[in-house]
Amino acid sequence: MSLLNKKIIALFFSLLALASVAVADVKVGSPFPDLGTFSLEGTLPDTTGRVVLLDFWATWCAPCKASFPAYSAMQKELGDRGFTVIGVSVDKKQEEYAAFLKKMAPGFVTVRDGAQKLVSTVKVPGMPTCYLIDRKGVLREIHSQFHGDSTIKELREKILKLLEEKP
Amino acid sequence: MSRIICPLLCLLFGAIGLFQSGCKTVQPWERAALASYPMRPDRDPLGTTMVEHIYFSREASSGGRGVGGSGCGCN
Repeated sequence: MSLLNKKIIALFFSLLALASVAVADVKVGSPFPDLGTFSLEGTLPDTTGRVVLLDFWATWCAPCKASFPAYSAMQKELGDRGFTVIGVSVDKKQEEYAAFLKKMAPGFVTVRDGAQKLVSTVKVPGMPTCYLIDRKGVLREIHSQFHGDSTIKELREKILKLLEEKP
Repeated sequence: MSRIICPLLCLLFGAIGLFQSGCKTVQPWERAALASYPMRPDRDPLGTTMVEHIYFSREASSGGRGVGGSGCGCN
């Protein structure tokens, strides 16, 4: 085989390998990426040893809006037991994000992923989607969509189980 | 050119054509524009009324979309 042929074959397989490389989305049972590395707008709370519900939302998403009072109530009820809700907005426009927060006044921390780096890495399957992270920082549950009381009941049961685990 | 190279080149150009096409899936977090009010088909009440009226007249089915009527087409 000539040198040119070898080079073409090498190029072919290199391109195939490159095409197969995809950005890895997060998997249940794996550590969740460090939120501090995604240049999020806003102040992140210290989540060391805490159970975290990371909720991806947007101002244009009606079910996201519906979920806010429920997550606020959960934060208020379970916050002292080591539970933290963090809302991650995927809005690109800062003014829309700010106006929404002013109107809704959520009882939990929210940050904005304006560059959509985190959400692109996580690859949320839909809006809203929340990620339950245990006290060790391991992703334990991915919950997509919000259906009111049934979603809250389901999430609450899982959160209470995670809170019983030791750090 | 050898027998191996031709199919490989075909596959290569095929793969390039496939992956470099202009098609793009709108991701869930990129739907802000699609969810905005101007994207709604019923954003103009007058326009919607006119379209509905034409539909009823053409189909002779007044009330066909939940509006009160007997279906006489005399609307």
